[in-house]
Amino acid sequence: MVDVKQALKEYEDRLPSSILKEVEEHLSGNISKDKLKKIMQAIEDEYDSSQAVPGECVGIVSAESIGEPGTQMTLNTFHFAGVAEMNVTTGLPRLIEVLDGRKTISTEMMNIFLVKPYNEGKDIKRVAESLKELTMNDFLKEVVVNISEANLKVVLDKNKIELLKISHSTITDSLKKNVKGFSFKLEKDDSITVTQSGKDKDIIQLYKLKEKLKNVFIHGVKGITQVLPVKKDNEYMIVTAGSNLKEVLKQDFVDGKRTYTNNIHEIEKEFGIEAARQLIINELMKVIEEQGLNVDIRHIMIVADAMCMSGKIMGINRYGIVKEKPSVLARASFETPIRHVINAGLTGESDPLNSVIENVMLNQPVPIGTGLPGLIVRTKPK
Amino acid sequence: MTDVFMDNKYIGTVKNAKDFVDQVVSERRMGRVSDSVNIAYSQEEEKVLIETSRGRSTRPLIVVKEGKPLLTEKHIQQLEKKEISWSDLLKQGVIEYLDATEEENALVAFTEEDVTSDHTHMEISSLDLLGLITTMVPFGNYNQGVRLNQGAKNQKQAVGFYAANFLVRMDMDVSVLHYPHYPIVQSVAHSVSDYDKHPSGQNVIVAVLTYKGYNMDDAIIINKGSVDRGLGRSTYFRPVVSEELRYSGGLMDEVTMPDKEVRGYRSEHEYRFLEEDGIIYPEAGVKEGDVVIGKVSPPRFLSSMDEYSLASDSRRESSMALKHGEKGIVDFVTLTENEEGNKLVQVRLREQRIPEIGDKFTSRHGQKGVISLVVPEEDVPFTSTGLKPDILFNPHGIPTRMTVSHMMELLAGKTGSLTGRYIDATMFESEEESDIRKDLLEMGFRDDGSETMYNGITGEKYDVRIFVGNMYYLKLKHMVANKLHSRARGPIQLLTRQPTEGRAKEGGLRLGEMEKDTFVAHGASLTLKERFDSDQVVVPVCEKSGLVGYYDARKNNKPMSPVYGEDSEMSDIEVSYAFKLLLDEFKSLGIYPKIKLKSKF
Repeated sequence: MVDVKQALKEYEDRLPSSILKEVEEHLSGNISKDKLKKIMQAIEDEYDSSQAVPGECVGIVSAESIGEPGTQMTLNTFHFAGVAEMNVTTGLPRLIEVLDGRKTISTEMMNIFLVKPYNEGKDIKRVAESLKELTMNDFLKEVVVNISEANLKVVLDKNKIELLKISHSTITDSLKKNVKGFSFKLEKDDSITVTQSGKDKDIIQLYKLKEKLKNVFIHGVKGITQVLPVKKDNEYMIVTAGSNLKEVLKQDFVDGKRTYTNNIHEIEKEFGIEAARQLIINELMKVIEEQGLNVDIRHIMIVADAMCMSGKIMGINRYGIVKEKPSVLARASFETPIRHVINAGLTGESDPLNSVIENVMLNQPVPIGTGLPGLIVRTKPK
Repeated sequence: MTDVFMDNKYIGTVKNAKDFVDQVVSERRMGRVSDSVNIAYSQEEEKVLIETSRGRSTRPLIVVKEGKPLLTEKHIQQLEKKEISWSDLLKQGVIEYLDATEEENALVAFTEEDVTSDHTHMEISSLDLLGLITTMVPFGNYNQGVRLNQGAKNQKQAVGFYAANFLVRMDMDVSVLHYPHYPIVQSVAHSVSDYDKHPSGQNVIVAVLTYKGYNMDDAIIINKGSVDRGLGRSTYFRPVVSEELRYSGGLMDEVTMPDKEVRGYRSEHEYRFLEEDGIIYPEAGVKEGDVVIGKVSPPRFLSSMDEYSLASDSRRESSMALKHGEKGIVDFVTLTENEEGNKLVQVRLREQRIPEIGDKFTSRHGQKGVISLVVPEEDVPFTSTGLKPDILFNPHGIPTRMTVSHMMELLAGKTGSLTGRYIDATMFESEEESDIRKDLLEMGFRDDGSETMYNGITGEKYDVRIFVGNMYYLKLKHMVANKLHSRARGPIQLLTRQPTEGRAKEGGLRLGEMEKDTFVAHGASLTLKERFDSDQVVVPVCEKSGLVGYYDARKNNKPMSPVYGEDSEMSDIEVSYAFKLLLDEFKSLGIYPKIKLKSKF
C-alpha cells in the first residue's frame, strides 16, 4: 500500500501535471508499489512516443496538413446565425482572414451571454436594444441652416424617438458631450438649435457640422450595428453584428466569462495573447469542421503558436511572421526580396545559414531530419 | 420626360417613352427605319436607348402580336415554294433582329405552344438557344448542360478533313484524318454546315464493358485489328520556315549549303539531305538534328575591323534543323517572298500517326478518353454473330456524368447502321426513342441494344448482356507523339546552369517548391540536396575578403582572390551555381556579400 500522491511526486518533472492528475483520479489507494511503478513506466513510454521526434519538420507537416484540405474547401460559404440577415463569413475567406491576422475582419460578431435574471428572458428585448449603436442619423428628420442668425435648426423624427425610447434631452446631452465648439439648446417645439460658441460666426463651419452631425454617437455601444436576442440551450443570449468587447463587458447584465467575439485583436487587447491564441485555434477549427474536413488540432496549435510567439499577433505573411525571421535570405526568398537585401546591405546583417530555405538556396543539407545530427569525433584516444 | 440616348450620346427628351419606343419599332417593321436600329426603354434608369452602331451582335426573332406569331403557315408554304425569301419576311416585319439592349424589353417564347398574350417575340427554332457546334451534339437535350458544353468543346479539337486544299497549305501544327466518315446519327447542323464535305470522325462499334481493368478512369481500349484497317489514322503536318533577313549595312542572310569555315558548323552528316540550293529535297526522311534548310547569317556584332574583311569565316551558321524528338518526311517545299520582299523558304514535314497508347479520343458527349491498351483482334470480346467492337468503353463513365445522349447515340447508331439510314438526332426535335427501339426490334435485335457477348481470350460467355452499338468517335489533336518526353542528362541554361525547360529544349522536369517541401517534411535532407545538385559547382572562396575567386589559367589553374590575388588563403566550397549568381547580382547592386568560412566538422 502506497500513498499515490506521494509516489507520483517523483514523476513531476517528467510528465505534465494534467496526466498525473488523471492517474491520481483513476488509481485507488490500495495499489502495490511494484504495480504503480509498472503503470507509470507504461505511461511514461506512451508519453515519450507521442512526442514529436527531434528534427521532425512539424511546421511543414502542419502547413501541408492544413493546405491540402484547404484546396477542397468551398469558396464563400456563409453561415447563418439562426435568423436571416445575420450571416457570418466562414470557409476559405475566413480562414485566410484569421491566418493573415487582419485588424479589420469582414464580419465582426459577438455572442453575449447574460447573468442570472436576464438569461432567463427578463427584459431581453430592452437589454439587447440598449447595446445597439445609435447615431444622430437614426433620429434626424431635417437640418435647416439659418444663415441670418448663423445657427442650425435640427428637427428630430418623433416616430423614431418614440420607437427607440430615447428622450430629447438624452440626445441633446450626448450632442453636447460629443461635439465641441458648438452649443445646443432644446427648444420648446422639441427641435434643437445649434449655435457656434465663441465670437466668430463661421457659416462654412456650420455647413460642415450639418454633415458631421449625422455620425454623432448618441446611445448604445459603439461598433454594434445589429442585435439579435436568441434562445440557445434554455438560455437567452444576444448575438450581435459588430464587436466592441471593452464596452460590452462594462454592462452589468453581461456575463463576461463566457461572452465571445470573433475579433482576435480585441480579445488580445482585453484578455492577452494566450486568450488570442486560443481564439485563433477555435476559429480555425470551427471553419475546418464546418466544411466537414478533418485536421488534427495540433497542426492548428502550431500555427497559432507561431502567430502569437512574439507577444503580439502576427499574420502568416510578409508583414507578420516572415518579417520576424532572423535570416536575410529566408526573408528575401519570400515575396519582397529587394527591400530585405538592401536593408541587409545597409546594416551589414549576417546570415548564419541555419534554417531550411537558405540551405536549399546554397544546395547544402537542410538541418531537418537526417540533416540535423552531427558527429563528435574524439581525435585523441583516451 | 425621359432622356433619349443614341449610341450613348444624349440627344433629347421625349414625353411618353413607351409610346415613342413603340412608334420607332413599328416604323422599323414597316421598313421606314433601318432594321439594324435597336431601341429599348429602361424603366429603372428612366431613359430610352437607341443603338445604331456597328459591331453589336443581333439575332433574328419572329414577331408576336396579340398572342399570335406573325409567321404563318402561308409564309412557310411560300418559303418552301421559293416565292418569298428571308428578306421579304424582314420587310414584312414578320422577323426582326434584336440586340442585347432591346432583348431586355422583349419576352421571347421558346416554342409556339408557349406563346401567351404577354409575349413579344418567338424563337425561330429552339436550336437558337445553342451555338452551331453545340447543335451538332446528337440528342443533346437529354443531357446536363455542362456535358453538352464539353461535348461541343471536344468537337472543336477533333482531327478531321479541315480543308480540301490542305495539300497546298502551310498550316502550323495540323492533322488530317485518313478515312473520315459522315455520322450516321446526325442533326440538322450537319446538313446545314455541309458536314459531309469536312467530316472529322468515324463511325465505330462501341461495346460498353470493362476489359481486364485497362479501361478504368476514362481510358478506352481499342481493337488492334481496327487500327490495322485504318481506324483513327491521321497525318500530321508541321512546317519549317526560314527567311533571308536583311540587316543594317546591306548585309543579309543566305539560304545555302553552309561552308565548313562558317562559325558553328554542324557535321557533314547533318547536312546530308541538302541540295545545292541549301534546301532539302521532298520525300527525304529526317530525324532530330537533321538540317532542313541550310542558312548562314552575318556576324551578330560588327566591329569596324570586320567590315573590311567579310570573309566567310566570320559568318555564322543559322540553319533550321529538327528539334529534339521531331521526325518526319519532307512533304512539300515552297520558295516565295514575304511582304518585305525577303526570300522565304517553307518546308512541310509529314508524319503518319497510327493510334497508339496515349492518344485521345472522344464521343460527341464530353466522354473523352485516352487509349490505354491496343488489344490484338483475336482477344477482343465478340458477339454471337462474331462482331468485334472497335472500342471498349467503360460503363462507369456513365452514371456520375449522366450523359444520356451518349447511350442514345449508341442505340440510334446501331439502328441506323442496321437499317441503312441516317438518324435525325437534332436537339428537341429528334426521332422518338421508341421508334428507334422498334426498328431495332424489327431487325431482329434486342430493343435495348444489348447482346450476348463472349470473352475473346477464353471464349466463355459473359454472364450479362453487353450494350453494343454504333457511335461516331472523334480523334482529338492531342497525341502522345507530340507530348512524350523524358530526360536524364541534357542541355542546361547558360545563365543559371540549371536544366532547360520544356520538351522542345529537351528540358528537365522541375522539382518545384511544394515538391521540395515534401522532402523536407520527410526529413530526407540528403535526398533533397542530391535532387538539387543539377547546378552544383565548386568555387574557390577567398578567406580574407569572403569573395568568390577564380582559377587562373596562366598560373597553372591556381585559385586567385579577386582582391588579394595570390596573397590569400583560398578554399573550395560546393554551392549551387544559382547562389553564386545571386552573389554576383548582389555585387552589381553595390552590396558586398562576404562569405565567412568555417569548418563543417
